[in-house]
Amino acid sequence: MDIIVILLIICGLIFFTGGTVGLLRFPDFYSRLHPAGKLDTMGSLFIMIGLALFNLHHFSMGNLLTSLKLILIVVFVFMASPTAIHAIVDAGVRAGLRPWKKGDKRR
Amino acid sequence: MGQIFIYCGLFLSFLMLLSLYRAVFGPTVLDRLIGTNAVGSKTVVLLILIGLIYGRVDMFVDIALAYGLLNFIAVLAASKYFQKRRGLHDEMP
Amino acid sequence: MQKNAAPDQHKHTLDPSSEHTPRKRPIYPFLITFIIMFVTWILLSGKFDGFHLCLGIISCAIVAYFSGDLLFDSPRVKGLLGTWIRFVRYMPWLLYQIFIANLHLMYLTFHPRMMELIDPEIIKFKTKLKSDLALVTFANSITLTPGTITVDISTDGQFSVHAIDRHSGEGLPGEMEERIARAFGEE
Repeated sequence: MDIIVILLIICGLIFFTGGTVGLLRFPDFYSRLHPAGKLDTMGSLFIMIGLALFNLHHFSMGNLLTSLKLILIVVFVFMASPTAIHAIVDAGVRAGLRPWKKGDKRR
Repeated sequence: MGQIFIYCGLFLSFLMLLSLYRAVFGPTVLDRLIGTNAVGSKTVVLLILIGLIYGRVDMFVDIALAYGLLNFIAVLAASKYFQKRRGLHDEMP
Repeated sequence: MQKNAAPDQHKHTLDPSSEHTPRKRPIYPFLITFIIMFVTWILLSGKFDGFHLCLGIISCAIVAYFSGDLLFDSPRVKGLLGTWIRFVRYMPWLLYQIFIANLHLMYLTFHPRMMELIDPEIIKFKTKLKSDLALVTFANSITLTPGTITVDISTDGQFSVHAIDRHSGEGLPGEMEERIARAFGEE
């Protein structure tokens, strides 16, 4: 049981690392949104499922409620994160920021 | 198991420091907003880890939920606020 | 939401006598919103004694009365349960697609010659989905799949999507639109 939890947490940490590295490496604002918004969402999904499994180790009513709350956080993140990304993209488009094309220099 | 959680929390804090680079030195205002959002989404996980380390996860899960809500609303409000300000998006030299 | 409000206003201007009598509201949106909020209340509070349950019922009823027709404003209630079941059946496929696309984005991120691989472009296409809920689900599914972000939707279903390379953008609209159309019964 512990091994599954540790594997899930390590998967989530790898996704978080990818999100942060992408946030630092990609060339412009539109392409930075791809790793920042979505690899982080996937990473939090993995870590939350792992922690919810770990929390069910000693089964009781209170622990079950806490695990359900963890799953509720994940569901909320999955609904809220695309909306936040879309709001940021919309602000960029309205301000007239041009997307990066191949051959431009980094911003 | 507690040792593993402590190391995971330290690693997450290190990733948050790296994201903070984008929030501080980002060329446009929206880059800073993305950096702040990335820090916030890692903080939710870090709060749950802190709760597991101290053994009070039933209390910290509510704090994490409220923090997630606040992060979402803050990003929405900030992006709506900077939408009208054309001059702020110009790239800095 | 604007699309549904338009014929309503039209009727309102045609019939001035209805200005004073309040319009009769259907009870289903209130009930569905109330049930969803009450389940969330029980999940969040975790106390099952009478006092807390009464507080929950009172506050959920107040909130559902004021904002019940924000969430479900469609007049069609009969097929709602079937829509939910088909929507839940759509979720595992979406999660699998998100996972596959995440792995592709991770490969791009850690590649040493990343700047030569990526080729951002804006794709425009027209969808056949009609209802607001289906459009929102389609836009959020596109945004959740890494490599593509929905930039804009016009009212007649014209999508603009920012894709990070050729491989991420070539699958659109494709199978995802088919599955959402099947889930919301719009074939």
